[in-house]
Amino acid sequence: MNIDSIQNGIVIDHISAGKGMKLVQLLDLDRDDMTVAIIKNVHSQKMGKKDIIKIDADIPVNLDVIGYVDPDATVNIIKDGKLTEKKTIERPKELTGVIRCKNPRCITSVEQELRHVFRLREDGYRCIYCETKAE
Amino acid sequence: MRSLIDVMDLSTQEIEELINTAEDIIANPDQYAHACDRKKLATLFFEPSTRTRMSFEAAMYELGGHVISMSEASSSSAAKGESVADTAKTVSNYVDIIAMRHPKEGAALVAANNVNIPVINAGDGGHSHPTQTLADLLTIYREKGHFNDLTIGFCGDLKFGRTVHSLAGAMARYPGVKFVLISPEELKLPSYVKKNILQPAGIPYEQTTDLEGAMDQLDILYMTRVQRERFFNEEDYLRLKDRYILTEEKLKKAPESMIVMHPLPRVNEISVAVDDDPRACYFKQVLNGKYMRMALILKLLKEAGTL
Repeated sequence: MNIDSIQNGIVIDHISAGKGMKLVQLLDLDRDDMTVAIIKNVHSQKMGKKDIIKIDADIPVNLDVIGYVDPDATVNIIKDGKLTEKKTIERPKELTGVIRCKNPRCITSVEQELRHVFRLREDGYRCIYCETKAE
Repeated sequence: MRSLIDVMDLSTQEIEELINTAEDIIANPDQYAHACDRKKLATLFFEPSTRTRMSFEAAMYELGGHVISMSEASSSSAAKGESVADTAKTVSNYVDIIAMRHPKEGAALVAANNVNIPVINAGDGGHSHPTQTLADLLTIYREKGHFNDLTIGFCGDLKFGRTVHSLAGAMARYPGVKFVLISPEELKLPSYVKKNILQPAGIPYEQTTDLEGAMDQLDILYMTRVQRERFFNEEDYLRLKDRYILTEEKLKKAPESMIVMHPLPRVNEISVAVDDDPRACYFKQVLNGKYMRMALILKLLKEAGTL
């Protein structure tokens, strides 16, 4: 299967198989104004199977979102058809405005303007307001 | 700006300092009678509470300060749709410190993040109620003289009981502490509390449904009320509410040195006859709560540079 290489944009590689679509959703790549290729279950010697996302647009990408979904993914910035930068991905200590707290007793459930903030704990991400674990 | 949202925001050294201040207030109340002259506390209670609100108000009055309050939440700006942040910002222009209770979890943190005066969480839904834990800690200290090497039995609603989670967290920081968790299957201590509090601290604990069987090994029995407001389902509440009732008869199996605590209000879980037993400490907790709130108000106002 061939996907054209991109001239100016971003390649998110080494995504654990199955997590590509979640990244597309959280990075808000499901838009009409740019070309995005989502390649699922690509054969990988290291990982067995992986997902790849190619974004044919020079847009800012929230690395915290990638670190939250899959800290082992790699991000390559392409300019004029060449790899110009590899971004380091880490699990963010805090996630703001990325995922929503589902606890109906949380203050975020009634205050619409309040940004949903999660902090990394021993057992995963928890809402800073009510300590509910992110799903 | 330093606020108090969760009891775990305080180090054990700070808790010791608060206890020392509270003990000094108890011994020398006159020395503190004007400590907060011309200072104002706002009690913002978005849900009904008798004891906590009155305790904060009594604490501030005994420090020589003043208190202003919001009228019932149902007739306040909150009922008109104002956000917690806006209410807190507005009120912060009138007072030096805020004590806030709100039915939603995290509301006090939202307030604290939006004002430049200290905010004390006076209970945010089922999440946290740090000044109750401070009352509990002073009671334990005054009755037992130390926090180390105590076996504490928590009984009743360990699932939704915020006072249990907070006190367990605070006590888990002292060496030699053991917990006995007494509850119906449906109201067991949540696994995240065990994973985040008990296991990292290496606290030994046992879980049981048998109150009488557990009693003889306890230094402290901490009873809790099954709270109607925490249940979505009335049937579950009715089935579980009277599962544990501490009576004089059951208390015969407890050591003479054991103390009985309860965050109050109680419904049926402690028989009124137990009140006369010298081991009953729950009304002492109420008084200790006022002293710890006084100590806390002093600490936060000093840290804010207001005193």
